[in-house]
Amino acid sequence: MMTILLRYVVRDVLRSKWLALYLTFFAAVTEGLLYFTAGEAKTVIGLMNVVLLLIPLAAVVFGTLHVHHNRDFVELMLTQPVSRPSIFGALYLGVALPFMAAFVIGVGVPSILHGVAFTAPFQALIGTGCALTMVFFAIAYFVGVAIQDKATAMGAAFLLWLLFGVVYDGVILGVTVAFADYPLEMATIGMIVGNPIDLARIIVMLTFDYAALMGYTGAVFQQFFGTTTGIMVSTLSLALWTLIPVYAGYRTFCRKDW
Amino acid sequence: MITVNALHKTFRTHQVLKDVTTTIPSSCITAIIGPNGSGKTTLMKCIIGLVRPDTGTIDVDGMTALDNPECRTMIGYMSQVARYPDNLTPQDLVAMIRGIRKGQRDTADELIAEFELEGHMRKPMRVLSGGTRQKVGAVLALMFTPSTVLLDEPTAGLDPLSTERLKERILAMRSQGATIAISSHVLSDIQELADRIVYVQEGIVAYDGTVQELYMQSGETSLGKAVTSIIRRSGALRS
Repeated sequence: MMTILLRYVVRDVLRSKWLALYLTFFAAVTEGLLYFTAGEAKTVIGLMNVVLLLIPLAAVVFGTLHVHHNRDFVELMLTQPVSRPSIFGALYLGVALPFMAAFVIGVGVPSILHGVAFTAPFQALIGTGCALTMVFFAIAYFVGVAIQDKATAMGAAFLLWLLFGVVYDGVILGVTVAFADYPLEMATIGMIVGNPIDLARIIVMLTFDYAALMGYTGAVFQQFFGTTTGIMVSTLSLALWTLIPVYAGYRTFCRKDW
Repeated sequence: MITVNALHKTFRTHQVLKDVTTTIPSSCITAIIGPNGSGKTTLMKCIIGLVRPDTGTIDVDGMTALDNPECRTMIGYMSQVARYPDNLTPQDLVAMIRGIRKGQRDTADELIAEFELEGHMRKPMRVLSGGTRQKVGAVLALMFTPSTVLLDEPTAGLDPLSTERLKERILAMRSQGATIAISSHVLSDIQELADRIVYVQEGIVAYDGTVQELYMQSGETSLGKAVTSIIRRSGALRS
């Protein structure tokens, strides 16, 4: 039953001008960076800064709006012989998957044309971009379902983006400066894991040989995230960052009065 | 037949339904009326499963309606506002509902012709007028000729011709034995259609009986005046 609903949610999102704009933007930025900068490293670094801020922002804004804009459609689905978990699954995947595909096509096609798509940095960038799409649409869906008022939900979603995208790094910087005399390596790794955007940034950065340029911290990250345990921890963390908000959204959706 | 027993619902601190018990029989049109915010829509939403009551039971044709999606196979629901995704067409929505209720015979094409929607079926919902969207809502609610029909302000926004066609369809469904509940503020529609009245005020069922009994009890001959007498009586009871 979920696949039937999913088909129509995807169809609605595919016809949205925002999705076309999103795809075009990533294609234009990737092509522009590949054309004007010499070397894949500069392109990936440039793209990484765009991906790490834009994907979470677009996901929280579009995801939260999608929940509120489609309340009557949700009601229509809820009045049919379909279970609430199926409806929630169709709504979440129906929005997140097209945006993920738009990002992959937008970045993937120009990078294939320039022959850099199958390098480790590009693959890490595309992989983490996909993960961030799923994470932040999950957060947006939880916020959109949990908060009844559209303006309040949008405000909360935007604040979460600000927290993860900007404030969190400031907090980490503050902590490392304040406790500079203490061994903070593991604590820093713990704090990095606590923010999916930082985690994505580290995963992409470590695919370069430039990790050493980040000094002692870079070496510590390389030592941890470069190992099998580190890769497993980072993958598991991103998976948990998706699953926890999805589960919270699912629980809220199933108990919600429409 | 819909049986509602001891239904309670509170939104935060506001108690919307207070021990609501009523029966909505089959082969009969029951109007659920009351002032704004009295709990009519909440009662309907509890029956269809959009709102989860705190306590109480709801049975539709002997099957529990609470947390039971299977029960909705026999229910058609038309909401107050028919706002569907901007980029989908009425044709998409009909196909989606057909896909969900695979195997059930449907009369969508007949209803589309009846409401003169043929020319709008391929247009995205965002370009359709409120009245046209409401007609789409009617098609989606009635296309499987459900044995139970819940209509929340069904004629709001409809043109006079479509209103008449919808009323004819509702009366035909009654004669076929359907259980029909209508919530409306348009008393002329209620007077024309309803056999029974459930009057809800501040979450309490203040009157539950046939239209004829209401006239007899109030001594009035028009529905408007008879309802006013209930309001006065229930107000007097509260004070």
